[in-house]
Amino acid sequence: MFPFNFEWVWDMSHLVFMGGLGFALNAMGLGITYCIIKAVIDTFKEQGGHHD
Amino acid sequence: MDSALIPKGLKRCPFGPFVMGIGAVSAVLLWGVFAMLLVWIKGLNQTNMNDYYGFALWIWADLTVIALGGGAFFTGFLRYIIGKDELKNIINYAVLIGFICYSSAQLILGIDVGQPLRGWFIFWHANVHSMLTEVAFCLTAYFGVLTIEYLPLILENRQIDKVPFFHHLSHNLHEIMAVFAATGAFLSFFHQGSLGGVSGVLFGRPFGFREGVFIWPWTFFLFTWSAAAAGPCFTILITKITEVVTQKKLVKDNVIDLLAKISGWMLATYIVVKIVDTWYWATVTAPSKGFNFMDFYSDNAFYGPWILMLEIILGGIIPAVILITERWRKNPGFFITAIVLAVIGVCVNRWVMVLQVLAVPVLPFDRWILYYPSWQEVATTILPVAYGIILIALSYRYLPIFPQEQELNPVK
Repeated sequence: MFPFNFEWVWDMSHLVFMGGLGFALNAMGLGITYCIIKAVIDTFKEQGGHHD
Repeated sequence: MDSALIPKGLKRCPFGPFVMGIGAVSAVLLWGVFAMLLVWIKGLNQTNMNDYYGFALWIWADLTVIALGGGAFFTGFLRYIIGKDELKNIINYAVLIGFICYSSAQLILGIDVGQPLRGWFIFWHANVHSMLTEVAFCLTAYFGVLTIEYLPLILENRQIDKVPFFHHLSHNLHEIMAVFAATGAFLSFFHQGSLGGVSGVLFGRPFGFREGVFIWPWTFFLFTWSAAAAGPCFTILITKITEVVTQKKLVKDNVIDLLAKISGWMLATYIVVKIVDTWYWATVTAPSKGFNFMDFYSDNAFYGPWILMLEIILGGIIPAVILITERWRKNPGFFITAIVLAVIGVCVNRWVMVLQVLAVPVLPFDRWILYYPSWQEVATTILPVAYGIILIALSYRYLPIFPQEQELNPVK
């Protein structure tokens, strides 16, 4: 799965297969991270607004 | 008792009958769990699988629930990528059904591998030339997408939504749902296809083997296509069953009609390509491997030409014609018949592409070996159905699954 696994080979099959997987996992990971960070910011903004 | 958790403005049955209903289904669930534990503790000798049938009822169930769960990715694709805005009124339910189907598929795989503790091997020691490795990766990743898509629905529960962070998180997830829908469509295209590709690349099994393009046999594309056609039909079927059980109209007719029409055209185009594929396989591919068409359908007690007719005519042509013809689609009797037939069609297709592929004798001294599942296999296959009913019941009761429910059923 990773380049440090003993069966890893730097060939097109590994790059395309793992590249596709990395693309999908990154899209999901970045998407959910963005949503969580924005939710934290929005929550603090809302609380700040209430204090005013 | 639980009225504080029920979405505002919606009516639900009293808590007592609800718990009793869940209890009845839980008995079936426990029967399946018992069989599952037997398989895990005692091993695969609890099944009727053998050297002929390394793939059996569980793999059929896997392929079938994945195809039927295809309604989630295709409806999401239509809603978020193509922009069919009306489908926002059924996408929640499609996601829930997809979530149930894909979690069930993974549960069944967890039982089927025999050694679940080594399940991680397929990820860590990935064979990038295997269709099944692609299935394992995409299936798991897509289940992650479905979980993300289901999450905002949970966060919209009346009590959870009161927590500001969860309220904002749910809102933000909805804002960028198109990213997740696109990722889901990408993953689904490949894992639905690779499941079909598995039988298509088996050159030692002429019943399943097909030519194709580059590394993909034609069955790769046929599986994705059929899942996109039959998946929405399954979503509609479960919606209709839910409406009967709850005695409420939950989705407006124009939404169902749009999804059914698109599904009908997908099914119509699929079945044309499927017929061409079958014709070419029967007249060119199979003879080139030394087989006649009828070798696959005779001299056995079960697999006759009837199964091909059932799949293509009854489960393909008839529902496709009904769904693309407006007059027939608007007839409730014809409509529900077409939806049921389309679902049966894809179930039969998956059965044939798993079980008949293995049943057909391929060597001169071979004979037809028929398979019937053990009760443990049946119980563990029914287990996800019970789990699905419970999750649908809980979600329907506590989450705003159907955006049009309040408008269609005003509380007096």
